[in-house]
Amino acid sequence: MKAPKFDYIKAESRSHALELLDQLGEDGRILAGGQSLMPTLNMRLSQPGTLIDINKVSDLSGITLEDGVVHIGAMTRHVEVATSPIVAKHLPLIAEAMKHVAHHAVRNRGTIGGSVALADPAAEMPACILALGATLVVESINGRREIAADDYFKGLYETAREPNELLVEILIPSKKTGEVSVFLELAQRHGDFAMAGLACVARVSNKTFEELRLVYFGSEDRPTIGTGAIAAVIGQTCSDECKEAAAIALANDLDPMTNLQGSAAMKLHLQKVLTGRALDTAVERAEAT
Amino acid sequence: MNKETPITLLDKPNSYVGRTLSRDAAKRAVAGRGRYTDDIMPARTLHAAFVRSPYGHAKILSIDVDAAKQQPGVALVMTGAELAEMCTGPWVGTLVCFDGMKSEPQHPMAIDRACWQGEPVVMVVASSRAEAEDAAELVTVEYEELPVVIDKETALDKDTPVIHPNLGDNLAFEKTIESGDVEKAVADADIVIEDTFTFGRHTAVSLEPRALLAEYDPGTERLTIHTSSQCPHMIQTVFARTLGVPEHNVRIVAPDVGGSFGLKIHTFGDEVAATAAAIKLARPVKFVADRLESFATDIHARENRVSGRIAVTKEGIITSMDIDVRSGAGAYSQYPRTSVFEANQILNITGGPYAHENYRAKTQVVYLNKVPTSQYRAVGHPIGNSVGESLVDQAAAACGIDPMEIRRRNVMHDDSYPRVSAAGIEMRDLSHQQCLETLVERMGYDALLEEQAEYRKKGIQRGIGIAAFIKGTAPGPAGYYGAGGAPISSQDSCTIKLEPSGGVICMVGVTDQGQGVDTVMGQIAAATLGVPMESVRVIEGDTDAVPYGGGTYASRATAIGGEATYQAAMTLRAEILEIAGVLLQAEPDTLDIVDGHVVDKGDTASRISLAEIGRIGHFQVAELPNHIQHTLSATHRFRLKDALYIFTNGIQGAYVEVDTDTGFIKLLNHWVIEDCGRVINPQLADEQVRGGCVQGLGGALYEECVYDAAGQLQNATLADYLTPMAGEMPDIEVAHIQTHTGVSELGAKGVGESGTGAAPAVVMNAVNDAIRPFGGKVTAQPMSPETILKALGKV
Ligand SMILES: Cc1cc2nc3c(=O)[nH]c(=O)nc-3n(C[C@H](O)[C@H](O)[C@H](O)COP(=O)(O)OP(=O)(O)OC[C@H]3O[C@@H](n4cnc5c(N)ncnc54)[C@H](O)[C@@H]3O)c2cc1C
Repeated sequence: MKAPKFDYIKAESRSHALELLDQLGEDGRILAGGQSLMPTLNMRLSQPGTLIDINKVSDLSGITLEDGVVHIGAMTRHVEVATSPIVAKHLPLIAEAMKHVAHHAVRNRGTIGGSVALADPAAEMPACILALGATLVVESINGRREIAADDYFKGLYETAREPNELLVEILIPSKKTGEVSVFLELAQRHGDFAMAGLACVARVSNKTFEELRLVYFGSEDRPTIGTGAIAAVIGQTCSDECKEAAAIALANDLDPMTNLQGSAAMKLHLQKVLTGRALDTAVERAEAT
Repeated sequence: MNKETPITLLDKPNSYVGRTLSRDAAKRAVAGRGRYTDDIMPARTLHAAFVRSPYGHAKILSIDVDAAKQQPGVALVMTGAELAEMCTGPWVGTLVCFDGMKSEPQHPMAIDRACWQGEPVVMVVASSRAEAEDAAELVTVEYEELPVVIDKETALDKDTPVIHPNLGDNLAFEKTIESGDVEKAVADADIVIEDTFTFGRHTAVSLEPRALLAEYDPGTERLTIHTSSQCPHMIQTVFARTLGVPEHNVRIVAPDVGGSFGLKIHTFGDEVAATAAAIKLARPVKFVADRLESFATDIHARENRVSGRIAVTKEGIITSMDIDVRSGAGAYSQYPRTSVFEANQILNITGGPYAHENYRAKTQVVYLNKVPTSQYRAVGHPIGNSVGESLVDQAAAACGIDPMEIRRRNVMHDDSYPRVSAAGIEMRDLSHQQCLETLVERMGYDALLEEQAEYRKKGIQRGIGIAAFIKGTAPGPAGYYGAGGAPISSQDSCTIKLEPSGGVICMVGVTDQGQGVDTVMGQIAAATLGVPMESVRVIEGDTDAVPYGGGTYASRATAIGGEATYQAAMTLRAEILEIAGVLLQAEPDTLDIVDGHVVDKGDTASRISLAEIGRIGHFQVAELPNHIQHTLSATHRFRLKDALYIFTNGIQGAYVEVDTDTGFIKLLNHWVIEDCGRVINPQLADEQVRGGCVQGLGGALYEECVYDAAGQLQNATLADYLTPMAGEMPDIEVAHIQTHTGVSELGAKGVGESGTGAAPAVVMNAVNDAIRPFGGKVTAQPMSPETILKALGKV
């Protein structure tokens, strides 16, 4: 478990990183927190020629609120997101989800950009940014491009980012008044990747769902919007029947992967259970505010 | 407490025995100053990496090492055939005590054929591990895949291929034990319950992996091996014999060892290979298994299917039990301890707490194209206890009797020893009744039942589990290893010396892997001699220094090594008092030793210090009459006489909550009441029980080495093989009943495996208690969420 030989270049600036990405092409690989990349190198699952370290590029990290949009730099570490007052106040979904991301040691190094760039199907941040309708900002030597989260996740570890593009920033609309969010995840041990999980953003009044976004992760090859389940619930008053209708519709929204954690049938079952719980919790939270 | 236990020196007020002291090694380990095998870096050390079989079963057609040899830093590339030339012959993992057992001879590295994924095929030795791995990638091995045998259930079927044609079939061993008349008991019984249980494969996952540093000095022909081992003397003998080096030229040192759990009582081909490389190159060679190699080559354990049956009267009196065990070994029987102990131990202990007289137990152990299996903490006990205790619970439910009550009616009585169990094993000095009543009290059993009922009303499903157990500890020489022909000592020894300064050196054959064996030996020595702990230095884990012994395995260190230390200290004490008697013109039996000073019995005023005795005894010997020729040292060895084991007993309780929608289990509380005889260090004993429970809970809930149909291990990382983590573990309350064993004066039995042995049983019973109202029942471990949901008919 020793990494094969690779070259290492510390990017001095954002433009330096972009130049390197362009020159090296497929052979270059961005090194952010290294929490996902280093294990794959050590197990010789990937053998990039050169690592481009962006840890010292100062303008890639930080959290700011501008005109109702929270900007999170790609190199912002999980721990900074988890402890940010801006995130706590304006992105409660992400604040709630962060508790499920790995362990302290991993959160101290791992970055939100790394997580979103990697697009692990069981990771929390991709599901959250999709649920919140975020925009991803990528840059290459050819310029800057914005990608809506809805268009970003293409498949298992596949995204709309081109190999020569650096993910620089994530723009997330801050919580609107009256909006509630719920984050639920099932993992056998704290900090494990999810067996099944759900990020929910809703507007509820009198127990009726006026707006709703349900994003499932852990069971699919990418974070997935529960279109049918949403349609079954929207405009409805929360009830056993309504939850049952969502569960039935969900069978068409999802196509779970069987893996070591369990069968596709079990994962679908768990996502249905989480859907019911998320809807109940959304109603409770709406009533509490 | 056993009323007849005589009061000894160890029971003095302020005795070190029975007192919590922190482990000697804890301070340096916490400070990051532990010294493990990998921390030792002699100049010019080379590093070994291995090309391992990517197939579960394959013929090796050709090996091309030319490109690898050209790589920078590479000092040696060695194939299995080349290694075999340096060895005296292959290993055969059988013991004569297992009648009819067979195993294919096994070379340290595969030669013509690889029989499990991960079996070493070629070794590359280079200046760094990274260079060795780079070069290993350039070794080309041409394989022809052979059919694999993966499923133990079909391993003996006619149309299943035979892994080793020379053996005729895939059967390693079969055995039946029988007492009384099971069929009659079943025919006469009011209620008969039958069920089948399955157990996944586990592995030990020690924090420090297997590690070895071999150095050979061609001048003196000495071979020195630092290795993370529980049994230095066994390694010495096996490596000496395997590599043809005279045993007295081999020195084994086990420095700090970061966990072992039975893994490190075994010998492994890759370690022999690295040692051979050190001899061949006359340079230090290090091999440290990485985590991937650990999963794919450390011994596995626990893969069993057990069909069981219990017969009871309608009053819940057990009249018989019988079990049929199919045990899945690996591709070879692990040398030198074999791969059949687990099955054998299941036969020995299932239903072991109970007084029934009719018992039949059968097993067949079969070879599979998987990693070889062998001893892992609490060998067989998690399985035997899960089966026996689930059957007892199911019988209780069928009779309408409370699970605690049915056990109360059936456990062997505390005043009934010595006696022989239905499995034919001698039981003595046990305390099932006292443990059970203590558990009732500690759990607040009746209140807990009420609380459970209240939660049920709210739709929260909590379960209470009970599991009584016995545990075989400290095996004797009449049973298996020595008697079976393995070079494994079941005695252990201590040499203790008084130094000129009055300090005491205590050299023991038993070893420490982080549990505090050295501290415990020091406590026994200090208490017996009457010296402060600070003046005792315990030395262990070095065959050049310590008297011969088996090391630490099977919960034997304190029971066997502790008694040897006690006896050696008693002899040294007598020598000291005799010299003091001469110098003080007093009768030795009027004297005592307190806090490093000889005193008049009953007094604390120093008459002469041990430092003075040491000075005179070593430097001023002319002051002593000629007939006093004491060496101020003593060696004592201890072993069991006829007994197979020192059996211990106990009972565990568990309180869990099952989410019946998700199948998730939350562990709320856990209790262990156990009887390890005399407790030397309460905190260390408790830690053994707690850590052991956690390991058992891991197996019950999370852990499994999963193979696919082609014999590929699917989850050889810590992200996929789930070990228990602190966050999910319950509080574990521990209490000890101390019925001293009558086989030693110290009175200590083993404690290291008692938590592991019954934790899976008790949590399975608790889960089944929680889901019983829904008609659910789980009999497969690990109890994953999917297993629970299936039991509830939800998926
Ligand atoms: C034990 C453990 C448990 C974990 N548990 C969880 C968990 O529960 N949930 C979870 O979500 N994650 C978990 N992780 C993963 C962790 O969150 C990672 O940190 C994260 O997925 C990747 O972030 P990183 O900064 O470490 O990225 P790196 O490992 O440095 O990079 C990951 C990949 O993304 C690319 N990349 C990184 N940044 C950029 C960028 N700005 N632009 C373009 N490409 C980029 C890299 O080239 C690489 O291919 C766990 C990790 C470990 C080791």
